[in-house]
Amino acid sequence: MVAVVLMFTLTNFRLFQFTQVFIYAIALLGLNILTGFNGQISLGHGAFYAVGAYTTAIMIDQWSVPYGWTIPTAGLVCLVAGFLFGIPAIRLEGLYLALATFALALAVPQILKYFEHWTGGSQGIVLSKPQAPWGLALTPDQWLYLLSLAILVVLFALAANLLRGRAGRAIVAIRDNTLAAQSMGVNVALYKSLTFGLSAAYTGVAGALSAVTIAFVAPDSFDVFRSITFLIGIVIGGLASISGAILGALFIQFVPNWAQDISKAAPWAIYGVFLIVFMYAMPRGIAGTLRLAAGRWLRRRAEPPAAAAGSRR
Amino acid sequence: MDTLIQQIVSGLATGGIYGSLALALVMIYQATDVVNFAQGEMAMFSTYLAWTLLNAGLPYWVAFVATLAIAFVGGLLLERVLIRPVESAPVLTIVIVCIGLLVILNSMAGWIYSYIQKPFPSPFPSTPIRVGNIYFGAHSIGALGITLLVLLGLYVFFRFTTLGLAMRAAAQNPVSSRLCGIRVGWMLAVGWGLAALVGAVAGMMVAPVVFLDPNMMSGILIYAFASATLGGFTSPGGAVVGGLIVGVIENLVGTYVGFIGTELKLTVALALILIVLVVRPSGLFGRGAVHRV
Repeated sequence: MVAVVLMFTLTNFRLFQFTQVFIYAIALLGLNILTGFNGQISLGHGAFYAVGAYTTAIMIDQWSVPYGWTIPTAGLVCLVAGFLFGIPAIRLEGLYLALATFALALAVPQILKYFEHWTGGSQGIVLSKPQAPWGLALTPDQWLYLLSLAILVVLFALAANLLRGRAGRAIVAIRDNTLAAQSMGVNVALYKSLTFGLSAAYTGVAGALSAVTIAFVAPDSFDVFRSITFLIGIVIGGLASISGAILGALFIQFVPNWAQDISKAAPWAIYGVFLIVFMYAMPRGIAGTLRLAAGRWLRRRAEPPAAAAGSRR
Repeated sequence: MDTLIQQIVSGLATGGIYGSLALALVMIYQATDVVNFAQGEMAMFSTYLAWTLLNAGLPYWVAFVATLAIAFVGGLLLERVLIRPVESAPVLTIVIVCIGLLVILNSMAGWIYSYIQKPFPSPFPSTPIRVGNIYFGAHSIGALGITLLVLLGLYVFFRFTTLGLAMRAAAQNPVSSRLCGIRVGWMLAVGWGLAALVGAVAGMMVAPVVFLDPNMMSGILIYAFASATLGGFTSPGGAVVGGLIVGVIENLVGTYVGFIGTELKLTVALALILIVLVVRPSGLFGRGAVHRV
């Protein structure tokens, strides 16, 4: 509700920034399902973001498909791509998976430039921003803001339900102890590749939305640093936390803007320092630390100090 | 035929560089079970230091040796400060710390030296060497020679010195080594230092070819990954052989397979990594991982 009201008070530029936050949050949630909940490290999610963005851009540009149809299509394409990449990934554990996905992230811009006929090579593809449908009295920026927010809410609700249920427990069990999960009857291979596909689909939808809102795609914006940005987002926001995706998205959207004033290189220096400091000091990210602090505070409120001391065995 | 030989030789030269970076990765992997994603950026940063020293007027070989010394100390300190606290942490934590280091080194180089490409001198003459009808770049031959010298030096160090023996012991069985009085933590740090040193050599040998810029190593690093994967992450010799093979494959594929050319080079490395990991995850010369349940 607050977000909807906010829409009418913000300038176009701020609206655009918050639209980006929503889009990043979707991508981060996708990566977090895979890395945070399922324990498969991906340093290459920028690749699926690129696939989503390019699916949308090519469909609009070459076949004049209405953009509304391209977003779910991008999700589907990434679901399949992620699932297929996830199959060899089943055999790769920890470091090796990180390696393979890192290589994927590095190779993406080259692959995009190679298929120049569809992707427009290094020039990229220019799109036009869509107007609000059904005669709504909204500017394009306001409409895209609402659209991203709506997709975000739906996808978050879906993810929360999935992770709370039977499938979610299986996904987390695989992370915590693959062997035990397997002996409990969890089909590890299937779950792992499905999780990979689902995670890629989320990231792909985010990529598609970003292509529509920015109205431009180019290979060099999907380099390895894009993937690293996503990793930073989930680490800072909080691994294995759904709300962490939003906090992480706020971080990767706004902190670089402030740091940019110091130097062109400063955002990345700050990113790097944050990554390492968070790993040492707050391994659960902002969301996890807040939850811990809240839990501690509630417990202290719940029992008076004397009783607390008495109950200690 | 002449083109073929020429391509193979220049493939071996770049392969030597991949191989030495791969060797650095494998050394760190064996010592601390970490795949150092920042290896390429460490090499890049060392090369920038060499550039600074050269610009200060030092002769090439003095700057070369000084850079190696700085790289060694730098690598040692990095292990002490950054890696040591997360030594027993989950893989994800270590990967993230390495990525953090990658990002910091990359942006620091950009901050200090700007993102503009700089030429880097080669210590070898620019006139090509002629054998029969075939011309070889003097730099390729020289780089291959230096790489092999470094490898020989490492082999002698690990095989014939007490410190080398202690380091091998520390990597293989930390608990028993500690009981024998070996300072395991320091041995691991020395391993990082040596890896940084080998990386610095690779950086200085490749910089004259690709020019100096903060992102110069990302392509090389993926090839080093491919080499280490091909040779096996548990086999130092394998990493070098893997590097040479990858270098030759890269050149031959680029020359003879029309649709790949130079534009899909990184994709070749990606495909190579995936194929090896799926078909034979332990690589050509590695030992398979055995898990204790």
